[in-house]
Amino acid sequence: MTSALDTVLVANRGEIAMRVIRSARDAGYRTVAVYSDADANAPHVLAADDAVRLGPAPAAQSYLDVDAITAAACSTGAGLVHPGYGFLAENATFARACADAGLTFVGPSPEAIELMGDKAAAKRRMAEAGVPLLPGYQGTDDSDEILLAQAEAIGLPLMVKAAAGGGGKGMRLVTDAADLPDAIAAARREATNAFGDGTLILERALLRPRHVEIQVLADAHGHTIALGERDCSVQRRHQKVVEEAPSPALDPATRAAMQDAAVRAAADIGYVGAGTVEFLFDPTDGTFAFLEMNTRLQVEHPVTELVTGLDLVDWQLRIARGEHLDLSQDDVTMDGHAIEVRLYAEDVARGYLPQVGTVLAWQPPTGPGIRVDAGIVAGQAITPHYDPMLAKVIAHGRDRDDARRRLADALDRLVCLGVTTNRTFLAALLREPTFTAGEATTALLDEMDLTPPSPTAADLAAVVGWRHLRAMDTGGHPAGLQGWTNAVWLASPVRLQVGDEVVTGSVDAGDPTTVRIGDTAVVVSADPRGVQVDGRPLALVGVVDGDRLLVRLPHVDVDATDLTHAPPAAQDATGAGVLLAPMHGAVTAVPVEVGQQVAAGDPVVVVEAMKMEHVVRADVDGTVEEIAAVGDQVADRDVVARLAAAEG
Amino acid sequence: MPVHTSRISPDSPEFRANREAMLALVEKLRGLQRRAVATSDRKADRFAARGQLTPRQRVAHLLDPGAPFLELHTMAGYLVDTEDPDASVPGASQITGIGTVAGTRCMVVANDAGINAGALSRAGGGKILRAQAIALENRLPMVMLVESAGANLLEYKVEQWAEGGRFFANMARLSAAGVPIVTVLHGSSTAGGAYMPGMSDVVIGVRGRGQAFLAGPPLLKAATGEVADAQDLGGVDMHASVSGLVEHVADDDADGIRIAREVIAAMGFGPPSHARLPGGDPPVLDPDELCGVVPPDYRTAYDVREVVARIVDGSRLVDVKPRYGPATVCLEAEVAGVPIGVIGNNGPIDNAGAHKATQFVQRCGQLGRPLVFLQNITGYMVGTDAERGGMIKNGSKMIQAVTTVDVPRFTFYIGASFGAGNYGMCGQGYDPRMQFSWPNARSGVMGAEQAATTMRIVAEERAARQGQEVDPGFLDAFAQQITDTYGAQEDAFVTSGRLLDDGMIDPRETRQVLISALATALEGDATPVNPLSFGVARP
Repeated sequence: MTSALDTVLVANRGEIAMRVIRSARDAGYRTVAVYSDADANAPHVLAADDAVRLGPAPAAQSYLDVDAITAAACSTGAGLVHPGYGFLAENATFARACADAGLTFVGPSPEAIELMGDKAAAKRRMAEAGVPLLPGYQGTDDSDEILLAQAEAIGLPLMVKAAAGGGGKGMRLVTDAADLPDAIAAARREATNAFGDGTLILERALLRPRHVEIQVLADAHGHTIALGERDCSVQRRHQKVVEEAPSPALDPATRAAMQDAAVRAAADIGYVGAGTVEFLFDPTDGTFAFLEMNTRLQVEHPVTELVTGLDLVDWQLRIARGEHLDLSQDDVTMDGHAIEVRLYAEDVARGYLPQVGTVLAWQPPTGPGIRVDAGIVAGQAITPHYDPMLAKVIAHGRDRDDARRRLADALDRLVCLGVTTNRTFLAALLREPTFTAGEATTALLDEMDLTPPSPTAADLAAVVGWRHLRAMDTGGHPAGLQGWTNAVWLASPVRLQVGDEVVTGSVDAGDPTTVRIGDTAVVVSADPRGVQVDGRPLALVGVVDGDRLLVRLPHVDVDATDLTHAPPAAQDATGAGVLLAPMHGAVTAVPVEVGQQVAAGDPVVVVEAMKMEHVVRADVDGTVEEIAAVGDQVADRDVVARLAAAEG
Repeated sequence: MPVHTSRISPDSPEFRANREAMLALVEKLRGLQRRAVATSDRKADRFAARGQLTPRQRVAHLLDPGAPFLELHTMAGYLVDTEDPDASVPGASQITGIGTVAGTRCMVVANDAGINAGALSRAGGGKILRAQAIALENRLPMVMLVESAGANLLEYKVEQWAEGGRFFANMARLSAAGVPIVTVLHGSSTAGGAYMPGMSDVVIGVRGRGQAFLAGPPLLKAATGEVADAQDLGGVDMHASVSGLVEHVADDDADGIRIAREVIAAMGFGPPSHARLPGGDPPVLDPDELCGVVPPDYRTAYDVREVVARIVDGSRLVDVKPRYGPATVCLEAEVAGVPIGVIGNNGPIDNAGAHKATQFVQRCGQLGRPLVFLQNITGYMVGTDAERGGMIKNGSKMIQAVTTVDVPRFTFYIGASFGAGNYGMCGQGYDPRMQFSWPNARSGVMGAEQAATTMRIVAEERAARQGQEVDPGFLDAFAQQITDTYGAQEDAFVTSGRLLDDGMIDPRETRQVLISALATALEGDATPVNPLSFGVARP
């Protein structure tokens, strides 16, 4: 009979579940995965020794179901429950339920979670502990009137935040006093939806701060140390995109002061386990202010692991078992530099819209200093039910530039096809001069357009040539005859849809073959590295899925549909007055009703999916004829409203 | 199987001279093929303006990308339409070939409506008849991309009309043999041509362009005085909804071809996968050297093994009885992994050579081995010794064996093809599955100079018998006339123009052409069909 403390249940999914299972297994633990119906064959389920179904795909009925998870732990004999991040990781009720069931929750006490989960209370407490804060309002009365009055006192720019928030949800930046009422309403709505708690706080906003956080580790015996900082300044919509350790902006004195403040914050609340104290750092004057404390393992923990050489998950488990943290602050040393990027299923060009689909090819890069934390496999469906992060790619180097170069190169080599990802955006970001110089602030992505380029005609010609060479080999033609013809004129026509565009061209018989796309002509020939284009190698990796061509070129991913033999286009359903959902999601607000007059630009339907609210606006002046209802689940490009355009 | 040891030196002056001469002939072939394309493409703008694809675009759209395509009879009609070599357009305004459509090997026939509106000349008719014969013998579904003005009324020949009936008879035979015919009606199909869709198993009509009627509006007016609109009379919508001639209506040319591909894919026609050619390694000796191996003048002797070794798998060959009848070369080899027998000529066929070839052909028949004939033959051996040795009898036995052996036979005219040598080496009259010419080939009952000399001797002897003096100038002119007559007909561009082969090829592509032909024949033989006694009717 296995001892209960020899078995860890991982109450999460995706890459973090894989990550926890890896360290737990390395330490000899038996591992138990939990899963929803959408994840029945997911890698984390296959990686664990045992697995328990929680329920249907929606998180509320699976990964957020406290009772189901504690029952799973009890039924599988798991004495330890690791929550990962997200889902129930910072849910005091869950921590308490674990304790009530006699399970060891791998994390801090429910009280610490509760305190730090309430942004307002946390700030009040930190102020008392002498941790520096930005001016703001964290009062218990958060009525709109009070918030409006307090805002005036704090001054602009101002941040409206959900007290229970995190991950950019329920957060609004206000730079114009006139926008304040709308911002409060929107933040409250998002907060209520996301956290079931619409409490808001206000805080002075720094427009170009750096986001620097300190990793702390505390045992149950009162010993707390800091493991250096992580710089997460590159964010979009308050979601971290790139994280690194150490911060290029901190001098040793500031680092020491920040570490002191973080240790003080953790110690003050009797924190146990791995936690992160986040600060806003103003690079113009070197000051910093407490932002919040995350009472869990962070997504970006690998950069700390790579520079300190410590396994944070292993330490979480040891601390949870009551072991002493036998490291002094002086034992913690930093080796080189590490940078992490988050690979998301999202369309950067469409405002980082989360994407769904099936991963048809997945080849993580390898090489010195490269680490990939992922929980995906080829064939896996990316559903709208969960966070669109697919993987983290992390590089360790002797210095920042070394790590940065390795990471950008790894991204050039990474293959993730089937869903649109931010791969090339990340690579471009790592090569962006402001980032290269270590000067990125949280405003970087708002001030700079790093939308990845669409494939060029030459890129598409390479793809068409590759597909042609592939068809020669896979058509079951007699050996020696692949692609052969004696006709002097034979050039196969090709018509591709790439995004909203349709391009036409032709491809000659044979290898090498001349491919024409529009006015561009290139010669493509076979090459073990992919293909040769005009005599030069191109590292091309692709899959053909029916009429769909999915290809990774180092600088761009191509997702094209071959229309060469497609039936003539059906009548396009969209047009003036037909409004489509921008993505999979749920309708959370419908500010108009059937029969109502609307003007072009008026919000008609609000769709929320995964992390963001998306407003669908009227595209014509007219009358609402048909409209979705609050609570409707809609798929990408479903019709959510029809308007009868006004005459004239 | 041993790899052939080549004695050819690519650095020798002979090799370079041979190569230069052969490449000039290949360039002539390519130039003529491009002439047909360019002539048709002059109408490309007109096709585009009508929303149509050009005939070659239709074929390209139809064929699977990356799949092999063997175009046939590209020289058909050359010097037949006009005797002016600079003006004659080869191809006979038809495009035919063996290609893959939605994974199924098919015979594709497209009217080249860019030239004379796709009207059928005698050579064009012959080209289509031959495509039908190949389709029937090799069980190739036919895809017809029809847009033709029909018979050329301005060049009316009564015999062409009579022979034209064979198109439709062949279509009936194909359908009855279980080999489907799919037709896309891209344009007009008038009068006799209207039976093209009528005799097809599946017809796809392109709305607005396709039309079929026994009498178009002008003929109708002439015949009965009725004035009718072409679309009402024979438009696709009418045929799809009223007459029942058309199965599928397409929006445009590309859509019609898309539907044709779907129809073909849904047939599931073809050989079982185990019947596919196994595939073999390429020759060790470079096929590109074929141009330098073969002297342009067939009177210069060379070793045909050097040719075979540049065609067959791994350049491996087994020489059968090399020291018996040595001028007749019998070789065992493999092509695309298929064991074959090859017969070539290093000189005239003598008695021993005829014995050897007869035995070799029968042995291949016993083993079910396809036979490949590489004709470079000036004839059977003549002379007292040969006659006394039974040359007539022995040559006859060889012809009997070649005619009756029940294996696929393929003939390549790679040099001389004269007299009965052509017969014994499976010439046109012996119905090889497919036959191709190199551009240096010469053929005829005998060589031009030999014919002239023979006739000069006959004339001199007749004059001598009658005691007359003969003017040497007259004899010279007489001989020259004969030389010209024979010479003008023995050139491969002329014989190919008259459909005495299935196409002229670049010698360097002989291996690919042979593999195509072998795959077509062997996979065709293995394709299950469901013959009907009547064919599929269209009640």
